[in-house]
Amino acid sequence: MSRFGSTTMWKKLYAWLDERLGLNDLYKATLDRPEPRGNWWNTLGSASLFLFLLQGATGIFLTVYYTPSPDHAYDSITYIMNGVAFGWLIRGIHHWGSSLMVLIVFIHMLRVFVTASYKYPRELTWLIGVGLLLLTMGMGFTGYLLPWNQKAYWATTVGTAIAGSVPVVGEFIMKVLRGSSDLSALTLSRFFSAHIWMLPAALAGLIGVHLYLIIKHGESEFPGRDD
Amino acid sequence: MAGSHHGSAVGYHHISRRDFIKLTTVALGSLMGAVIGLPAIGYLVDPALKAGGKEAWIPLGPLEKFEVGKPTPVTFIRSKVNGWEKTANSYGVFVLRKSDAPTDVMVLSNRCTHLSCRVNWKEEQQAYLCPCHDAAFDINGAVLGGPPPRPLDKYAGENLKVEDGVVHIFFAEG
Ligand code: HEM
Ligand code: FES
Repeated sequence: MSRFGSTTMWKKLYAWLDERLGLNDLYKATLDRPEPRGNWWNTLGSASLFLFLLQGATGIFLTVYYTPSPDHAYDSITYIMNGVAFGWLIRGIHHWGSSLMVLIVFIHMLRVFVTASYKYPRELTWLIGVGLLLLTMGMGFTGYLLPWNQKAYWATTVGTAIAGSVPVVGEFIMKVLRGSSDLSALTLSRFFSAHIWMLPAALAGLIGVHLYLIIKHGESEFPGRDD
Repeated sequence: MAGSHHGSAVGYHHISRRDFIKLTTVALGSLMGAVIGLPAIGYLVDPALKAGGKEAWIPLGPLEKFEVGKPTPVTFIRSKVNGWEKTANSYGVFVLRKSDAPTDVMVLSNRCTHLSCRVNWKEEQQAYLCPCHDAAFDINGAVLGGPPPRPLDKYAGENLKVEDGVVHIFFAEG
């Protein structure tokens, strides 16, 4: 009966933790909440969340070898691809995951639009979602420069020049983005900082509020014939 | 679970739907964990697995250059590729000719056997002194005092040769 004995011990331990952490309530609110009759399109928000976590994990691993300096960025990426065990896999997931994440987040937004789920009381969920889409695209934009190859260099030259075409303040915005009048070491390091610290922190915060609102309001019903 | 124990003849072969799901989840979960986790560990420890150094015969200079009875410092530089970067490391040894005989040569590493500071030969004290924790070694590298656990590393036998009047050591990068 030792097995029985140990199960009650675990149950006691769990009950002790639950009383203090509210694990059961947490579980009910996040994973066991009542849903309207679902649809595969409703899984895209969770898919976006999964991709965000995946990009975070693979990105952290890339920083083990990646070096954000014009002298070493390209060489360090070449080394990740050819020199490190499974480097190709980790970079590959991060590289393709970034495009997939933009795509999935976008389709998630389309489904919210099509099912009119942005209406009362979910206007703020939608607004925060707009922030999430912009931040996700910001991640793509800043990450694209990091390999510091020709494509990256010219894409960023063009991308920042677009900001420069804004009347009056454009020139200033462009210099802030680049950290200098042309692309330089300053551009690379500030893009790196934005890519691994500022944008992910903002994304994580907004995702938290987004999820809080989803739990608070529950999922919207699909519009019926009368809506 | 109602109905999960019908057909009692095969009762102990029977596995409930719930247990089956649990088992499959654990099995698939472990498999996925391994597929993700092992490459991740490999990626992190990879440089340590590849840290095999190069070996080479290093010429230290012609015999005439070394005064008999007095340890002479010689430094040499070896370059090493670490990842995407080439680093030049400087190494030092002391060459001592104990007599005029061309084979009577001793070469000691200048690396303290305590924690790798570089030792210096002090003629007045006739000792190698380490600036870090006051170790002292005699002219043959034996420990005279201080924390080092063993004598200075010696190039001798197969790792030392005098060819065409030039002293060489066989150096293996750490
Ligand atoms: C990083 C990006 C995003 C993440 C991680 C995320 C996550 C989620 C999750 C997990 C859900 C609940 C499941 C679902 O309905 O799919 C959800 C719902 C929702 N999302 Fe997002 N989302 C993101 C971007 C967006 C964007 C770009 C918009 C719109 C501009 C948006 C607006 C909404 C709205 C209004 C809901 C509520 C839908 C309903 O109640 O039916 N989200 N989001
Ligand atoms: S390193 Fe030489 S005495 Fe400690």
